[in-house]
Amino acid sequence: MAYDKFNILTSSAVPLPIENVDTDQIIPARFLKATERKGFGDNLFRDWRYNSDNTPKEHFVLNNPIYSGKILVGGKNFGSGSSREHAAWAVYDYGFRCVVSSFFADIFRNNCLNIGVLPVQVSPEFLDKIFKAIEGNPDTELEVNLPEQTITLLETGEQESFAINEYKKGNLKNGFDDIDYLLNIKSNIEEFAQNTPL
Amino acid sequence: MSKTLFDKVWDSHVVQHIENGPDVLFIDRHLVHEVTSPVAFLGLKNRGIKVLYPERTFATADHNTPTINQHLPVKDELSANQLKALEENSKAHNIPYWGLGHEKNGIVHVIGPENGITVPGATIVCGDSHTSTHGAFGAIAFGIGTSEVEMVLSTQCIMQPKPKSMRININGELSPAVTPKDVALFIISKLTTSGATGYFVEYSGEVFRNMSMEGRMTVCNLSIEMGARGGMIAPDEKTFDYIKGREFAPKGAAWDKAMTYWETLYSDSDATFDKELTFDASEIEPMITYGTNPGMGMGIQNEIPMAEQVEGGSATYRKSLAYMEFNEGEAMIGKPIDFVFLGSCTNGRIEDFRAFASIVKGRKKADNVTAWLVPGSHKVEEAIKREGILDILNEAGFELREPGCSACLAMNDDKIPAGKYAVSTSNRNFEGRQGPGARTLLASPLVAAAAAVTGKVTDPRELLELQEA
Ligand code: SF4
Repeated sequence: MAYDKFNILTSSAVPLPIENVDTDQIIPARFLKATERKGFGDNLFRDWRYNSDNTPKEHFVLNNPIYSGKILVGGKNFGSGSSREHAAWAVYDYGFRCVVSSFFADIFRNNCLNIGVLPVQVSPEFLDKIFKAIEGNPDTELEVNLPEQTITLLETGEQESFAINEYKKGNLKNGFDDIDYLLNIKSNIEEFAQNTPL
Repeated sequence: MSKTLFDKVWDSHVVQHIENGPDVLFIDRHLVHEVTSPVAFLGLKNRGIKVLYPERTFATADHNTPTINQHLPVKDELSANQLKALEENSKAHNIPYWGLGHEKNGIVHVIGPENGITVPGATIVCGDSHTSTHGAFGAIAFGIGTSEVEMVLSTQCIMQPKPKSMRININGELSPAVTPKDVALFIISKLTTSGATGYFVEYSGEVFRNMSMEGRMTVCNLSIEMGARGGMIAPDEKTFDYIKGREFAPKGAAWDKAMTYWETLYSDSDATFDKELTFDASEIEPMITYGTNPGMGMGIQNEIPMAEQVEGGSATYRKSLAYMEFNEGEAMIGKPIDFVFLGSCTNGRIEDFRAFASIVKGRKKADNVTAWLVPGSHKVEEAIKREGILDILNEAGFELREPGCSACLAMNDDKIPAGKYAVSTSNRNFEGRQGPGARTLLASPLVAAAAAVTGKVTDPRELLELQEA
């Protein structure tokens, strides 16, 4: 699925200072039976966000109107557990374009990168600073600069750089997923197909 | 440069190598089923593109289908929707579709080989982790996620870094009543469920050479349960004989061309592997699992290991035994069981039904046992009838169900009730895999048959000896 190009993102952020957030929390298994990739954002953090009678849980951060933005800041080991791609879909569909944490589970990181969500891994100290800054002022803005691979707290100018694989960086900058990449080299593929023995 | 079997097949399928990134790998054959494909087809629709090579994709309904009364409409609404979506998507994209009741219908990993879709040296993928089954033919075969299903439909490629290589050698001769399933459960018990993570395995040695194609499929099928990406066995005369003449296998000049390629498919004598393990066939006994992952298996005559003997995580180990309601140090022999499941892509082929029948012949199903015998495909079902196996089963008080994945993942109505014990020939004994609260003992068709006629965990060698005496 195509997504918007990622270049420099400046936005306030939603804090979720919980460690080991697993994909079962991000999107519970009962929402996987769908035949469409639709509405996953509504079920993002479903059981943390809503009571069983579907009324919102007031204390959960996504239900608190003072927090908003396209960046989700999570605790260490974000996205662990089942490999379900639906977790990344839910994050994107809700409107987040970037997730910041001090550590990501491998498969979740890859799933994010492939659908246009940038996972930014920062040091535990910097993560702490971000949480504190948002706590002090919920409108605190972060700048995530993909070409430069930096993340900055705009209020204070404090900055850290982050790592990303060159191939994935190129994809995000161009708004490509793996399929777009492959479609771009389709003529190579077709030529290759003509010469396969099987 | 010397190469492994895996290198040869992988390297010949790399369309492009991306610096600091994955390889673009061409996929020869793609199998799809109703559960992991609908969102992928929708992706194509949103992009406004068609399937690039529909003749390289094959669709079957198996995961959430009923195993009785398949001629009636499917009752569960979500399942029915997924089946309808698969049928419509296949039609819209000109993909061969073998739905419920079709003579070629069955479990993806059973019908691939059966119809000559699975061939040596091919790259084969499917949105199901046990795609490793097809490695039995010397193919590179592995499971993929929904985005990758969309990738293959639209471009016939996926993007993956090349995994590390491992070779497992087993020489010598297997003892009586030791089947390919026991060999696989033995290897997993030695390696644990993560022992091969990051690797692609080649099985080598006399034991695998002497195995039938069905047996090789069982072994490769279970590769994923030790964490491997997949497993494969070099093709030989047995492989070529199996394939020749099957509907989708190459014919005439195409066959000769394929053979030229296939005959190069072996690991060079000086090829090196990132990891190499060797076992002796005489170490292997009929196996059974006692816990909640496939690595928790042992020889059927052994006692459940003590927590102290288990490496790391004895808390997890105890939790697992608590779920099973088993105790450390107990014997498995003699434990009463409630259900027997013969089937799945691991052990749902004709050879498995022959093995099962060899034990139940002339005996009676135990009264306390509910048995679900589910052929892997309609062709297997046909062979069961043709070879007179159905009569043996019926005389012993067993019935045959219709093909599908059934209680392997219990997505349909074939769920083992909470707290009940099932001896199953399938591949996963995770908590709740065969139904919420269900307790699974993984074993071979022989062990399953012995349990079915005695109502408890029984060493099949005892029954076979009685027959011979
Ligand atoms: S039988 Fe089980 S493992 Fe095999 S394809 Fe079906 S669900 Fe997957």
